[in-house]
Amino acid sequence: MDTKTYNPNEEIISNATRLRQETGENFYDTVLESIYTEAAAIAGRAVRHREDKPKYTLDRTIDKIVTSRIFGFPIMVALLAVVFWITIEGSNIPSNFLYFILVETLHPVLKSTVASIGTPWWLHGLLVDGAYLSVAWVVSVMLPPMAIFFPLFTLLEDFGYLPRVAFNMDSLFRKAGAHGKQALTMSMGFGCNAAGIISTRIIDSPRERIIAILTNNFSLCNGRWPTQILIATIFIGSLVPAHLAGLVSATAVVSVAILGIVLSIVLSWVLSHTILKGEASTFSLELPPYRPPRILRTLYTSLIDRTIFVLWRAILFALPAGLVIWLVSNITFGDASIAEHFIGWAHPFGLFIGLNGIILLAFIIAIPANEIVIPTILMLTVTTLGMHELGAGAGVMFEFDSVNVTASVFQAGGWTLLTGINLMLFSLIHNPCSTTLYTIYKETGSMKWTTMAAVIPLGMGIAVCFFVAQIWRLFTGG
Amino acid sequence: MTKMNPCDNCAAHTPGAFMRHGINMTRYDYLVALAGNPNTGKSTVFNNLTGLKQHTGNWPGKTVTRAEGGFTFNQKKFKIVDLPGTYSLLSTSTDEEIARDFLLFGKPDVSVVVIDATRVERNLNLVLQILEITDRVVVCLNLIDEAKRHNLEIDDRQLARDLGVPVVPTAARGKRGMDTLIQYIYDVASGTYVCKPLRLKNITTRTTHAVDELTNGILEKFPDIPNARWIAMRLLEGDQRIIDAIRSGSLGVDQVYETIEEKSEQYGYENV
Repeated sequence: MDTKTYNPNEEIISNATRLRQETGENFYDTVLESIYTEAAAIAGRAVRHREDKPKYTLDRTIDKIVTSRIFGFPIMVALLAVVFWITIEGSNIPSNFLYFILVETLHPVLKSTVASIGTPWWLHGLLVDGAYLSVAWVVSVMLPPMAIFFPLFTLLEDFGYLPRVAFNMDSLFRKAGAHGKQALTMSMGFGCNAAGIISTRIIDSPRERIIAILTNNFSLCNGRWPTQILIATIFIGSLVPAHLAGLVSATAVVSVAILGIVLSIVLSWVLSHTILKGEASTFSLELPPYRPPRILRTLYTSLIDRTIFVLWRAILFALPAGLVIWLVSNITFGDASIAEHFIGWAHPFGLFIGLNGIILLAFIIAIPANEIVIPTILMLTVTTLGMHELGAGAGVMFEFDSVNVTASVFQAGGWTLLTGINLMLFSLIHNPCSTTLYTIYKETGSMKWTTMAAVIPLGMGIAVCFFVAQIWRLFTGG
Repeated sequence: MTKMNPCDNCAAHTPGAFMRHGINMTRYDYLVALAGNPNTGKSTVFNNLTGLKQHTGNWPGKTVTRAEGGFTFNQKKFKIVDLPGTYSLLSTSTDEEIARDFLLFGKPDVSVVVIDATRVERNLNLVLQILEITDRVVVCLNLIDEAKRHNLEIDDRQLARDLGVPVVPTAARGKRGMDTLIQYIYDVASGTYVCKPLRLKNITTRTTHAVDELTNGILEKFPDIPNARWIAMRLLEGDQRIIDAIRSGSLGVDQVYETIEEKSEQYGYENV
């Protein structure tokens, strides 16, 4: 339609303007006022307090403590630490058990069975060493921590603790020029960044919503918790005596999570003082009453909906990733495989920032899903170093212990404590997974913000790893 | 076993009368909207009615997308839409807009407004606004167990008399009151129960005339639009978004409905 033609709908608008001036009263206020008056009158007739007892005493007392200036943050940190400590201590045994069954027992059996029916070497290599092994690894490394962590986290949510977190964080976010509700979207991001991005719809102002979207990535998501927990257990937990290992590893994971929160506040501040200038808007946040969590239902939903969902997604992405890994490490150009070419090329830069070539390749292969970073690193290390017979046969590793096997793979790959720490940092600070990026694109409808959401954290991650590596080398002389 | 159980006569307990459908709702007889303030338990009511496991959480803003499901009662199929929480129909954030647009232009046969029994007065603000735009409303007075714990006594009959629509006390977490809620949804949808919703007073005659005049003007240009009166009132306030929608001609029912569909499709991502 030609926009210059007369728009008959303008008539309605001009009519409205005329009538608005004629009635000469603030219609909006009148309507609101009569709504409030009526609501108060009706409620007054229908609601009665049985006694003059103070209401919500217990809730108020709890709120006074968990949102107090002194105890608010320590309680938050302590709760997180306890959750991780239980997760780390609790997932050890089932993890080893699954590893024993899936990798050490089933893998050789599968391999010999598939080989015995006369399939070509590349086919059973592709299927069993590539696809099956990566899936088996994902299941044994990720399932137990998720099955413990998610229900615990969901219980806290069901109880009503999240709005209190938001309440504690509100002033920090406001000082950073962001919306206080960003604390809530940040908490959602701790489950899944894509969900966190969608939850930013509760923020009215477009400016603050973009800030919330760009910083959501700094909430460690489902896919990255297991990485953090595993690396902390191997590299940090092993620094102290065994009985302290769980606690120390948990502290390390909490520190990374808190670093994420700090970074999201810092980035919010930078954004709201540079490309997204503006005042923070005010809002009211309701603190809902505490409700006793429904334990069984929580267990059910967090197991079925979160654990199985995330695991399924990990498997879904691990399968093709396993194929890709096998292919890049078995298709050769000249004297080396594609993987070796890339790793050799990227290795100097990797070392420069305290990582290595394998880790960089793994983060590229794992763009579709953060869940598979660790399995990808393990597979790449194993295949490029020629450690094909895991557990059985080669006699290198014979313990029924997934963590120790994983640790020895890392050792063989030339990892140091610095590599471990920087991997934890880089896993926190890098581009979001492709699902999250797609969600950002859908929610903002802008290629510019989607690109920013990928480039900013990636740049920050490289910078942080570089500085940590420099400081490390300064002190250790390495 | 000769003693008669009073529940045996109730339709809700007749085997086969009530059936949950999950999300398999291709054809339906009645469309039900589930609205209410944030964190009043809409998703829990939704789960009870449909047998679905929509995520619930104890904080305002948990649901930001529309969820759909269904059930059958007395051989009638009901499609039920769980909306994000909203404090008011005059709000501006995206999640609240989804709720508002659906209530206004989605043409629900029944709007169930879930209210928090421990915060009746504030929740009534939304109820009153919804009563302005539709006759067929059932108020679900949820969290009645919590109200009791806090020594609050709520006279639901008085509330029903004042509002002119059914008020059903429920405790959705414990699945209490759901039978009655289903019965009333059915009654209101089928026209067995005729609501006499409370309408706001305090509006001067001069304003009423202005609203009437504008409403007629809108209906001339957009004959099929529901809630022309509500739109007229917003125009009289000078609501810029409604003015823009009129100007661009996007106020037509189908267009608006399409955009909501589009929105929900676009935002159809489940909370994980």
